[in-house]
Amino acid sequence: MNLARIRERIAFTILGLSTLFVILPIFAIVFYIVKNAIGAISWNFILDIPRHGMREGGIYPAIVGTICLVLGTILFSLPLGIMSAIYLVEYANDNFFTKLVKVSIVNLSGIPSIVYGLFGMALFVIFLKLGTSILSGCLTLSIMSLPLIITATKEALEAVPFSFREISLSLGATKWQTIRYCVLPYALPGILTGTVLSLSRAAGETAPILFTVAAFYLPRLPRSIFDQVMALPYHLYVISTQIPNMPLRLSFATAFVLIVLVFLMNLVNVILRIQFRKKKQW
Amino acid sequence: MCIREIKESVIEFFIKISGFIIILFVFLIFLFLLNDAVLLFKDFPLKEFIFGKRWLPISNPPHFGIVPLLLGSLYVTFFATIICVPVGIASALFIAEIAPKFLRNILKSFIEILASIPSVVLGFVGIVWLGPFLKDTLKLNTGMCGLTGSFLLALMALPTIISISEDAIISVPKSFKEAAFGLGATRWQTLWRVVLPSASSGIIAAIMLGIGRVIGETMVVMMVTGNAPLVPKSILQPLRTLTATIAGEMGEAISGSEHYFALFAVGLVLFIITFIINFLSVILLSRSKK
Repeated sequence: MNLARIRERIAFTILGLSTLFVILPIFAIVFYIVKNAIGAISWNFILDIPRHGMREGGIYPAIVGTICLVLGTILFSLPLGIMSAIYLVEYANDNFFTKLVKVSIVNLSGIPSIVYGLFGMALFVIFLKLGTSILSGCLTLSIMSLPLIITATKEALEAVPFSFREISLSLGATKWQTIRYCVLPYALPGILTGTVLSLSRAAGETAPILFTVAAFYLPRLPRSIFDQVMALPYHLYVISTQIPNMPLRLSFATAFVLIVLVFLMNLVNVILRIQFRKKKQW
Repeated sequence: MCIREIKESVIEFFIKISGFIIILFVFLIFLFLLNDAVLLFKDFPLKEFIFGKRWLPISNPPHFGIVPLLLGSLYVTFFATIICVPVGIASALFIAEIAPKFLRNILKSFIEILASIPSVVLGFVGIVWLGPFLKDTLKLNTGMCGLTGSFLLALMALPTIISISEDAIISVPKSFKEAAFGLGATRWQTLWRVVLPSASSGIIAAIMLGIGRVIGETMVVMMVTGNAPLVPKSILQPLRTLTATIAGEMGEAISGSEHYFALFAVGLVLFIITFIINFLSVILLSRSKK
């Protein structure tokens, strides 16, 4: 073996070890949480309200709160996200305005989540007088999830072959009919995966909901979209930093439920992607 | 026919409006931050805000010097970057060029799992495990310090760095590699001398986007860095970042008070920093695509 080969061996080993360094903590974290949470997880924990200053009982209101937030977020961000992506792919000319839209999307994706929280508070809670409510929280989270949805939808639309559009247009369909019947249906799986991905992020976010919706302790279910709610990530933050003498097993169990929720959404994503690949015929 | 045309133009109108709304959001965010931030400078000198070394919002008179917070953010970001950049690029190389196909898919899904772990969960792990662990192994006064935050932030930035670098590495034209092999180079020599330099602007963009994520991350640093708003002397001390200050104090700040406006000013600083980082990385990425 000559020197170059030996050097190659060493280099590849180092690269492999680095990858191991990335993968190991993931296992360690997930394993650590699962191991410590498994004893505290029960139906009672999932379906009961928090009791005794959150030191006992369950996390049902927080789970419901997070689900409300996620569903509300789709309602706002999906239509707007899809329309903007359609604009960029199907309608936009290569001009200054289009460039501005693209730069704006990138910048939206880079804005820190806490700045979204500040903005949501200033615009929705105070300026539009929506108060700390589910509505304010959902609106804030939707703006935050737009970039991911737009990017995913854009890729999905671009992946539909150009000939589909040409054929539809040549048969006399209008531009919108073409998009509606010949492009969107084929881009749908890609759009869905992007949406689920961005929602799984939204479900885990804490900073944007701190001042827009999250309730420290509210052991009942929301009655309207102007109610505050508890949310899983904020609840985990509260019980792990703000409550003295908090039994750790409940914190672990909350972290576990949050992770399971997010992973389930990712699993849906993976299944969608596999289905998509199977069906794709072009 | 006429109705159809009207329908068409209405839909087209809405689609164009939605593009406009995206731009509007960025402007609105900037405007709302600016609007409340400038109110601070009616009574509090701008110079004092930028160069002040004391952040004492509820003392009398209050001090809103951003230096300790800015340095806190820079410290954790710097150390997180040192940790995650070499590891991230090495993993990206491994995943893109060395790993066999089945392993590549497995590794990529692990990276996705890492990206999806909520930051508050990592913060929690930092509190109950990593903090105490570092305290014991390094014999520190407290585990709630900059270093704990840096480790967790590095972990959070890795998915961004790895996936964007990997894209950049994969998009290096095959002919470059073939030419190098043809000249008798080993795979490693090709990677090191040909692939890496050609992918460099994409990799730099990946690093910058990773840094942008680290600077903006809130929950992890608020939970594990100890939240001491002092000018940090070492990464092993408790410190506090820009993001954690907003998240930690906004709940107590009275709406319309100087403190409240000061937190918006901090938010504006964060917005500007991340805006610049993202803008530069877009330029780099578009260059790397050419």
